[in-house]
Amino acid sequence: MSTRWSEKLRRNGFGWGLVMPSLLFLCMFTYYPMFKSVWLSFYEKNLAVRNPVFVGFDNYKALMQDPIFIEVFRNNIWFAIGTVPVSIALAFVMALFADKAIRGKGLIRIAFFYPNMIPMIAAASIWLFLYMPQFGLFAQFASWIIGNEVHLLGNPNTVLGSLIVMTVWKEAGYFMIFYLAGMQQIPKDLYETASVDGIGAWEQQWRITLPLTMPTTLFVTVIAITNAFKWVDHLWMMTKGGPDHASSLLLYYIYETTFKFNDQGMAAAMTVLMIILLLIISCLQFAGWERKIHYQ
Amino acid sequence: MLKLDSRLVLIVLAITFVFAGCGQENRNQTSASKVNSGVGNATTPVSAAPDQAAKEPVEISFYYPVNVGGPLTKVIDSMADSFMEKNPNIKVKPVYTGNYGDNTVKIQAGVQAKQPPDVAVMMSTELYSMLDMEAIIPLDDFIAKDADFNRDDFYPAFVEDTQAGGHTYSVPFQRSTIILYYNKDMFKDAGLDPNQPPANWDELVDVAQKLNRDGHTGLEIPGNDDSYWMFQMFARQNASDPKQSIMGEDGKKANFNTPENVEALQFWLDLSHKYKAMPEGVIDWGATPTDFIEGKTAMMMHTSGNLTNVKSNAKFDFGVAFSPANKQFGSPTGGGNLYIFKDTSPEKQAAAWEFVKYLTAPEQAALFSSSSGYVGVRKSAYDTEAMKTYTEGFPQALVARDQLQYAFRELSTHNHGKVSSALTNQIQSALAGKIDAAGALKAAQEEADRALAPFNK
Repeated sequence: MSTRWSEKLRRNGFGWGLVMPSLLFLCMFTYYPMFKSVWLSFYEKNLAVRNPVFVGFDNYKALMQDPIFIEVFRNNIWFAIGTVPVSIALAFVMALFADKAIRGKGLIRIAFFYPNMIPMIAAASIWLFLYMPQFGLFAQFASWIIGNEVHLLGNPNTVLGSLIVMTVWKEAGYFMIFYLAGMQQIPKDLYETASVDGIGAWEQQWRITLPLTMPTTLFVTVIAITNAFKWVDHLWMMTKGGPDHASSLLLYYIYETTFKFNDQGMAAAMTVLMIILLLIISCLQFAGWERKIHYQ
Repeated sequence: MLKLDSRLVLIVLAITFVFAGCGQENRNQTSASKVNSGVGNATTPVSAAPDQAAKEPVEISFYYPVNVGGPLTKVIDSMADSFMEKNPNIKVKPVYTGNYGDNTVKIQAGVQAKQPPDVAVMMSTELYSMLDMEAIIPLDDFIAKDADFNRDDFYPAFVEDTQAGGHTYSVPFQRSTIILYYNKDMFKDAGLDPNQPPANWDELVDVAQKLNRDGHTGLEIPGNDDSYWMFQMFARQNASDPKQSIMGEDGKKANFNTPENVEALQFWLDLSHKYKAMPEGVIDWGATPTDFIEGKTAMMMHTSGNLTNVKSNAKFDFGVAFSPANKQFGSPTGGGNLYIFKDTSPEKQAAAWEFVKYLTAPEQAALFSSSSGYVGVRKSAYDTEAMKTYTEGFPQALVARDQLQYAFRELSTHNHGKVSSALTNQIQSALAGKIDAAGALKAAQEEADRALAPFNK
């Protein structure tokens, strides 16, 4: 009995020893802050209340009635709807192109991928310039279409759209890499057989490439949706969430609430909601969707 | 085999603990080395011991932001260096922390981690937040004990926001007011007298309209960052009571929604929407000076802190003037004061005070003002030789100082972040044409009242 126990311990101990370093860091930087946020979200802690007071679910209730939080949340949904499908579709097309191109293959891939190599902050400053009224390229283009001068980032109706365009530009190249890898996994003889059977190029993409890259699509979708809730640097650089919260996203509002308003209880409550949301999105990959997808 | 396994486990565990304990161990080591050096002192002749102790310098950290163009970090570093030369027993570590916003975030994080900087430049408006966080110490004792620190020498408009509840909590340092910059060449081109800048609102509209030609705009007033600052200026200029303010004395009340304030905001909106003297929408704070320097706008209203930036980069003759008056002249003061923090040792606080005194001494204030464009914070700074030579060659530098007689305290309340964003966001909304002036101020007032309610219990 005791020998079995000690052997079990030895074997488990070995395993634990191996995962220990990562576990330690996970605990320090992921689990501990997460539980601390949950705990803090039940307290009122801000500039007016120096010693935290237990308030139960009051912070959550207040959030549901906070018009700014609701607006920011809605912005974020629109941001996800605007960025996710378009950047994925674009990535797919770009990958097709980069996969099939015979001449200048490397150049095309680099051209498509380079937005991803630029740090978000740098990309944001470039786009800030492009959107600048009077001399920004896109600003001029927009003024030309509309007929009079527009300030794309200073107008609540255009600001979110402008940020979506930039994000798509930034994200599509990254997702292209996954698609490219996925497409190169597809056996070439499938296309040959299809060609022999007289199936056109378009139908080949529809019947072969699209279904066989579905696992990539799923993976990329999950990443894209979570990213839509995680981007924050560009806001800080370009709009500070303005004008009047029109471009503010969840994470930026959390940052503002914590550091600008010092309202830690409320910020913790928002963080918890965000964690739950991201967990749900990540679970999509493991639940239902998996079964509908064709793996080779 | 089994033995090897368990040894492996031990190795892995040991590595883990070494890594985990790293930070801790380092700290232990430094404290151990301190103890060692103490022991070393004890073994040397007794007479040497106090000397040795006196030589150990006090080290203080100094956080500061830079919010305007130009190489100000160099100026501040050199001021710290010259201070250390004169005070070998104090070692200052200047830390550049970005703009005012980042600076505040870093300091707050430090305060919450119980590791604040020893001394820092922070917005004058953070006073109540810092008090609510119990982060700073009052300076009354230092000031009372120091005969050579003459508080009356500081401009009263700057001293106003260093005080709360009868105590002084900071010393003015990097201070500014809003001034009107104008391009004299463009004035000439438009047939205007380059020595006659607009002095009141009507003239401003008139001049800006005339200047709105040749592919550049007449005027730019930034509205995205801290738009409440500009609004405060318009509000005071439109106030029939000379002391009318958009906040209460004790930082517990907001007076945003008054008929005069609505008029003031309406004028700002009219500049672009009605008079077409300014581009529509929300104009960027950082882009405005660039636009002015590059000749994209003929006039701008901006902080006097940009004076040196404009001076060294503009390739045309430019003038500066008071912000045009309506019922009266007026501009809020802006910028940062020096604060000394709690949760550090009394020795460090005393050293920090020495540094604060040094930074705001007349010669240093003159140096800082002439290399930045910020206003010299005390009267005697303008009597120094350096400042006299500087202002003789560049009389524009005196405008911001002269405007101080009409200057007043920047919006500073409890829960300042929430109260000021309430106002800023509504102003942005109005500038973007989403809401009218009256609606914006009504909404801002309601939100500010909510944010201030806990402090009025």
